[in-house]
Amino acid sequence: MIRVELPYHLRNLAGIEGSAAGAEVQLAVEPPVTLRTVLDALEAKYPVLRGTIRDHATQQRRAFLRFFACGRDLSHARIDTPLPEEVANGSEPLLVIGALAGG
Amino acid sequence: MSTIRLLVGTRKGAFILTSDEARQQWDVSGPHFAGWEIFHMTGSPVDPNRLYVSQASGWFGQTIQRSDDGGQTWEAVGNEFQYDGVPGTHQWYDGTQHPWEFTRVWHLEPSLTELDTVYAGVEDAALFRSTDGGHSWQELSGLRNHETGKLWQPGAGGMCLHTILLDPNDANRIVVAISAAGAFRTDDGGDTWKPINRGLVSEMIPDPNAEVGHCVHHIARHPSRPEVLFMQKHWDIMRSDNAGDSWHEVSGNLPSDFGFVIDVHAHEPETIYVVPIKSDSEHFPPDGKLRVYRSRTGGNDWEALTAGLPQSDCYVNVLRDAMAVDRLDPCGIYFGTTGGQVYASSDAGDSWKAVLRDLPAVLSVEVQTLS
Repeated sequence: MIRVELPYHLRNLAGIEGSAAGAEVQLAVEPPVTLRTVLDALEAKYPVLRGTIRDHATQQRRAFLRFFACGRDLSHARIDTPLPEEVANGSEPLLVIGALAGG
Repeated sequence: MSTIRLLVGTRKGAFILTSDEARQQWDVSGPHFAGWEIFHMTGSPVDPNRLYVSQASGWFGQTIQRSDDGGQTWEAVGNEFQYDGVPGTHQWYDGTQHPWEFTRVWHLEPSLTELDTVYAGVEDAALFRSTDGGHSWQELSGLRNHETGKLWQPGAGGMCLHTILLDPNDANRIVVAISAAGAFRTDDGGDTWKPINRGLVSEMIPDPNAEVGHCVHHIARHPSRPEVLFMQKHWDIMRSDNAGDSWHEVSGNLPSDFGFVIDVHAHEPETIYVVPIKSDSEHFPPDGKLRVYRSRTGGNDWEALTAGLPQSDCYVNVLRDAMAVDRLDPCGIYFGTTGGQVYASSDAGDSWKAVLRDLPAVLSVEVQTLS
């Protein structure tokens, strides 16, 4: 299973149980495991998240979100690039991170 | 016995306040959608327990929430606002052309007659309609495709469609307002639109009398006289007696005619309310005194209403959707501030009381009179 960690507000919006820090979503994703296939699976399981991570029209990552995994910033990787093997085999999560901002 | 329900949208969540007819004691529910910007929350005239909420975030974009039980439970409905066809461009701050980009929903206006029909005014300025309770949205693109559309440009707060007035006597007539393009009206249900800005004078634009380009902040009217419109423009309080075909200024003796909100008494169509703000450079009340001004003559002659409002060291703003009136007699008036206060008057403005003092900045206030 692919593991995805979502920001607090998106877990709340999707009604994902265990909204404490560290809660993860588990997704079944057929290879290839890419940002596109993982996000497609995430949005299929939680339709309310459509438009909140990727823009509806452009399918571009929303500007204040980042994709991290295995200590690397994958935010600017092409959406069809395979994710690291550790993400594909479930040993590491894909982190969807909201930019830090105060106020 | 009636119940009054206040719907308050703030920078960090929504709050629902309820009271009996006395309007002295309020129960507070919230924050709903804690941490999200609530640009607008409003109820359907057909079924007041049908609520719609514009829930937005700079991180996660737009969500629309719906309740069918007066805000006890919520359902996230459709958040896809796709411009019709190839969106094209409008004028940007620097005068260049800029692509139309959806950012957020500023205002939701439920139909007066159809429970599942609701309109949404969005940034970049466009009007959308849902006929399935908010699950899907279609643009009424005749507005944005008006020949002047390329000339529209954003105000400091973005290019937002913030006012939607549905006509109780004519289902085909809708008035909208856009900052900073002006007011527009359709008489055919949204297929075609015309600018209704004749008489508006905006000294800060190249042609002060231009057909479009005016920064209209808000428009209000009394339901018994839908052809009479009252406008708070960037500067100037304006009035139209012919559904916007022409306007004349009624700022009269106000200490400043800059401001954002304007509203009409529930039972006196010539009694209107504004909150003067010092200027477009200093968004706070003149002299640090928070004063609501009331005109009982449809404008020009204004009286300051100050009882219960801070009369020194007050530097809050009152945003365009943050005033509302209930339907009781005497009429209740409500407004929220960027300082997080919600003020209520149960005597048509003669006296005021802070219902809440420490909310996040208030973006919108609506009120429902429930029997």
